Amino acid sequence: MKTEIPAHVVNPVEPKTASLRGRHLLGIAELSPEEIGLILDTSDAMKEVGSRAIKKVPTLRGRTVVNLFFEPSTRTRTSFEIAEKRLSADTLSVAAAGSSVAKGETLADTARNLEAMSPDIIVLRHSASGACHLLAHICRSRIVNAGDGMHEHPTQALLDAFTIRERKGHIAGLKIAIVGDLLHSRVLRSNLILLQKLGAEVWVSAPATLMPPGIDRFGVRATTRIDEAVEGADVVMMLRIQQERMTGHFFPSTREYFTLFGMTEERLRRAAADVIIMHPGPMNRGVEIASEVADGPYSVILDQVANGVAVRMAVLYLLAGGMADEAAH
Amino acid sequence: MKLLIKGGRVVDPAAGVNGVRDVLIEDGRIVRVEASIEANGASVVDVPRDWIVCPGLIDMHVHLREPGQEHKETVATGVAAAAAGGFTSVACMPNTDPINDQASVTELILRRAAEANLARVYPIGAVSRGSLGEQLADIGELHAAGCVAISDDGRPVATALLMRRALEYAGMFDMPVIDHCEDPTLKGGGVAHEGHHGSALGLRGIPAAAEEIMVERDITLAGLTGGAFHVAHMSVRGSLRAVRDGKARGIRVTCEVAPHHFTLTDEALSGYNTNAKMNPPLREAADRDAMIQGLADGSIDAIATDHAPHHYDEKEVEFDQAPFGIVGLETAVSLVFDRLVHRGHIGLPRMVELLSTNPAKILKLPGGTLAEGGPADVTLLAPDLPVIVSASRFKSKSRNTPFDGWTLRGGVGATIVGGRVAYVNADAPGSTNLIRDDDTYERGR
Repeated sequence: MKTEIPAHVVNPVEPKTASLRGRHLLGIAELSPEEIGLILDTSDAMKEVGSRAIKKVPTLRGRTVVNLFFEPSTRTRTSFEIAEKRLSADTLSVAAAGSSVAKGETLADTARNLEAMSPDIIVLRHSASGACHLLAHICRSRIVNAGDGMHEHPTQALLDAFTIRERKGHIAGLKIAIVGDLLHSRVLRSNLILLQKLGAEVWVSAPATLMPPGIDRFGVRATTRIDEAVEGADVVMMLRIQQERMTGHFFPSTREYFTLFGMTEERLRRAAADVIIMHPGPMNRGVEIASEVADGPYSVILDQVANGVAVRMAVLYLLAGGMADEAAH
Repeated sequence: MKLLIKGGRVVDPAAGVNGVRDVLIEDGRIVRVEASIEANGASVVDVPRDWIVCPGLIDMHVHLREPGQEHKETVATGVAAAAAGGFTSVACMPNTDPINDQASVTELILRRAAEANLARVYPIGAVSRGSLGEQLADIGELHAAGCVAISDDGRPVATALLMRRALEYAGMFDMPVIDHCEDPTLKGGGVAHEGHHGSALGLRGIPAAAEEIMVERDITLAGLTGGAFHVAHMSVRGSLRAVRDGKARGIRVTCEVAPHHFTLTDEALSGYNTNAKMNPPLREAADRDAMIQGLADGSIDAIATDHAPHHYDEKEVEFDQAPFGIVGLETAVSLVFDRLVHRGHIGLPRMVELLSTNPAKILKLPGGTLAEGGPADVTLLAPDLPVIVSASRFKSKSRNTPFDGWTLRGGVGATIVGGRVAYVNADAPGSTNLIRDDDTYERGR
């Protein structure tokens, strides 16, 4: 039976000059400012799809997307799944606990076996930095990095940038302070590359023990005095204390951490009057951020989550690129 | 049986020779090194004019993996790789399975080496039983069985007290203690040099200080005991500073550097190449440059490969999970020529010192010079030979090298062990004129 596709659900956007067709998304480091702009512009259109009564377009119909998650994730996995379903892709999610990984299979072999079933896109979350590079080396499928170890989490940075742009209208020239466990954070690495590519003035602050070695060469202003980073900031992004990645002596106690680096209403008064507070989640309330701040008027934390779906739709759509043209007709 | 090596430039710094000479060999020994020697019935090795004839190269730091990890390498494949790399002797580390902490393991390795009959093998025994860092291994027995040094390589000598006792005890047998210098608490779960590149890749760092601290500890203990301490695979400038200082104070300390540490930096990690993962890790440019400086000015004693074969599927994993180490025997000579000699950092006599004279001195091995009456271990080098590294053609069982596909200038011509041609590089122009009537040698490629 032939199905008529109503005009309004056909491709919501047309790619402009930059293109991601046929590429992987391994990290922000590999994207040009134009490509980032393309993703953010496309996300605008995708966000519109999410506001419709029928939140679905046929763009990736007949395409298979595998979400391969080797680390527990609620937000990111759900966000990708919703994005895929809204694009009409056939999706399945594989959690490490339920796969052959538990039987000792290597990541390379898992990838080869998945590859044998010809998925179009593999979305990978893994605890090892560089796991997506390994997959991209082995697979013909397009790889989307949904967070690899302490390396990158590109779709998080893209949705953060989208949220900032939505609120502030632009990113260039903003003072953006990123505070928290910088050492173990892939969100930090993706964000500081992206925000600097778009012209923001990035400040980072953490205890000396959680400062990545060589941070000065990333082009950011690094300080252990949080108030200095927050002073006049247009955006304050709090990062989670990643207790699961902590292997040593980084700080004496979460109580002392909160005293020195926790974001409180009082501390936030130093920021710009229209500051926005961001957090990639999951939050440790009372450790890196006070509940009053997380739930307060400056918080855009739930907007970030909402925007994640639109940004991931845009990424999947753009990577599928040429393939999508046929699928839509 | 007599062999006459004719026409090359002999470089033998121990004998003060650097010029065109002929070398006459009889019954596995050097008979004479003179300007012109008549063949007189000897088989003639006709060496191209621009080749170097030098005392057989000695790699004082390799892993042959046998017993226990024969899927990575065996003694037989390891010595074939050595001969193809120009090495007439290798000293193999004790981190086999079981650990070479008793005479029976040493004897097994030597038996396998005798069967293979290509390069000489000098086992290095463990410092401690099982290399567990608790109790001294039977060092006297290891020495009697043929070990030339002791080391817990792969791991540092665990405590200052154990290192002290090892230096004192090994001193009775005139053996050096070789230490893999690394403070385990500072290393932690580190997999890459701690610095900007490692941070950008999200890889846990191993700070330079982890090595430096242990080098300082061991130098201090060598001073206390009068024992001989040798730094394995030195990688950071702070360690070099400590070694220079120790030598200036008259302490018996020597050190080696691996070719990858004077060639590459941690930038080679981009893309998460697991064949650029080794321990100590590739360091930053200032360290790489310091290693070159130390090689040039004489403060570094030896070049050793830390040849560490791993099966390809062991390296095709997440970077964190990949084992440390790369193979080195078959690329060392070309890297030394290309990166050190042809770039003007060192001359040929210094190259031979680093690869032969000094390793022989440190380990008290026969060889390291073409002295009359000494073993006829000779390496022929082709300084301008264009070499394209091709891992698939390695004699080693493993192919884990970051240099695959590299074009380098300078290579091995032939390797003669005990007067017998163990390897001829068939790729080298002129190799066809080399001796052919000895059917025992392994023709290259």
